[in-house]
Amino acid sequence: MIDFSFTEEQNMLREMVRDFANNELKPIAQKIDEEESIPDYIIDKIRELGLLGASFPIEYGGSGFGEVGYCIMQEEIARACLSTATFIGAHQSIGTNSIYIGSTEEQRQRFLPALTSGEKIAAYALTEPQAGSDAFNLKTRAELDGNEWILNGEKMWITNAPFANVFAVFARTKLGISLFYVPAETPGISIGAPEKKMGIRGSKTASVTFDNARIPQDYLIGREGKAFIYAMKTLDAGRIGLGAAALGPMKELLELSTVYAKTRKQFDQPIANFQAVQFMLADMAAEIYGCESMLYRTANDYDHGVVTSRQAAIVKLRCSEALDKIADLAIQVHGGMGYSRELSIERVYRDSRINRIFEGTNEIQKLVIANDLIKRNGKM
Amino acid sequence: MNILVCISRVPDTASRVIVGSDGKTIDPQGIKYIVNPYDEIALEEGLRLREKNGGTVTALTVGGESSKEQLRTALAMGVDSAVIVKTDSSFDSFFVANNISEYAKSINPDIILLGKQSVDFDSLQVPSILGELLGLPSVSVVTKLAIEGNTVTAEREIEGGKEVVETSLPCIISAQKGLNDPRYPKLPDIMKAKSKPIEEKDAVNSDERVTVMGIEIPLKKRAGIILGGEDKDIDEVVRLLHEESKVI
Repeated sequence: MIDFSFTEEQNMLREMVRDFANNELKPIAQKIDEEESIPDYIIDKIRELGLLGASFPIEYGGSGFGEVGYCIMQEEIARACLSTATFIGAHQSIGTNSIYIGSTEEQRQRFLPALTSGEKIAAYALTEPQAGSDAFNLKTRAELDGNEWILNGEKMWITNAPFANVFAVFARTKLGISLFYVPAETPGISIGAPEKKMGIRGSKTASVTFDNARIPQDYLIGREGKAFIYAMKTLDAGRIGLGAAALGPMKELLELSTVYAKTRKQFDQPIANFQAVQFMLADMAAEIYGCESMLYRTANDYDHGVVTSRQAAIVKLRCSEALDKIADLAIQVHGGMGYSRELSIERVYRDSRINRIFEGTNEIQKLVIANDLIKRNGKM
Repeated sequence: MNILVCISRVPDTASRVIVGSDGKTIDPQGIKYIVNPYDEIALEEGLRLREKNGGTVTALTVGGESSKEQLRTALAMGVDSAVIVKTDSSFDSFFVANNISEYAKSINPDIILLGKQSVDFDSLQVPSILGELLGLPSVSVVTKLAIEGNTVTAEREIEGGKEVVETSLPCIISAQKGLNDPRYPKLPDIMKAKSKPIEEKDAVNSDERVTVMGIEIPLKKRAGIILGGEDKDIDEVVRLLHEESKVI
């Protein structure tokens, strides 16, 4: 039989991150949303606790918790603040992870420790004005000039861009799409104004423009022309992590809704007595159980190197839809209070919506799933 | 500095406690166990003393196999070594203090730190019994601690105010909220904690001096009723005392 229990250190990880999130993050989550910024001291604490390299192997400065540990951590962080989870995810799960996936052993030794320790913050620069879902069509170019690469082009919707120290940049070279480690201070790089967003407002998103930005030849990560595969592999991890960041708030909303339903009285009794409300709570619980089960099964497969893109896409699709549904139900249970900015529910409702869009829209996830099915005659 | 910190495994205060079928213990089903919050403060103080003065911090617990979980937390917070004095039977405060005392005699710590009480049984006895058994000064409910050479200055909470006392090493300090803010264990340290050894000792038995006869959940407080000063209100008070509270 399969053992579904977490290890002792995974439980300790959850305890620690939950304590941190409850004590430090939850009290200021509303402020982070309203001021559209995560305070520096919070980022410092996250760095000191080792959260920015949780998933990576110890030999590259990480804590060796793998994807399962990363998901546990993101669940607890996102439970308190989705903006902060987005910041961590962009740095770790896609920014640093793409460099980890693509790098040669020598490059891992050279580039990773500063990223896994959080001394440097990473951003993942794939999307462009004309290349979002159609990532293969990207236009940013890199040309070799002597022993330097010259980068030209524009990236859009780059999370962490305003304060990132390193960009993992995907650009077209002679041999196809290649990945570059690009220090933010490289002359020729300019960052656009942060986007004004509907949700996850504390995370900073901006465009990045490269105008004859020169980087050393050996900052090309891994092999030239192979980076489309690196990008897709990275997105597998990103999509699983996104599932975790959706699961945390789902659980939070169910707890809030249940407690509220037991205290809110109408017709001389708690509304939890009414089946209409009970059914909403039951639907939320059923969604959560399904999402939690598939998330950790998939993360575990990732850690064992047997995950498929189809699995990651299913996690992303289901978890993002489930959080949207649960946020909607949570507002319904709370009625007017759910709509009020006094409580955190309306914030999660806004924060949730991006999950169906970024890391590949849900329509793209369905294509990934369907393409795989068609190739395999429908065999799962 | 040779620092000994004693910790205990207690139910999380946020857990909903149900009395077990024997009527004397709690039902462990669904209960989350944590390091006693006051002991966590003691751990933090121990680590700070080591950071300032050098030396080692040993975490000690008296309890069953499952108490190792709490020692792992102590290791993740940064203690150098962890010891469990194992027992499977139920125990009272004397039993715990006596076993701490036996272990302390083997390592001669400069200071023993523990929480002022454990949040499960709330006896507040261990630090004082331990002082008697070891013949050491024991300062309880400490909110501020300064050590210069051998001189220990401690601020402690007393009813409606503070008291400052002075003593000398070696001594026993029991920690109260306010002494410090315990650190969160860092991720790399959580990972390392699992590979650190936990030393096991057998408990020294002693006659049970306090026996738990039964425990019960306090009755929920009912909302109070406020009545006026009219004659009919007085009649109502009499009726309520007679019919509802059944005291007259």
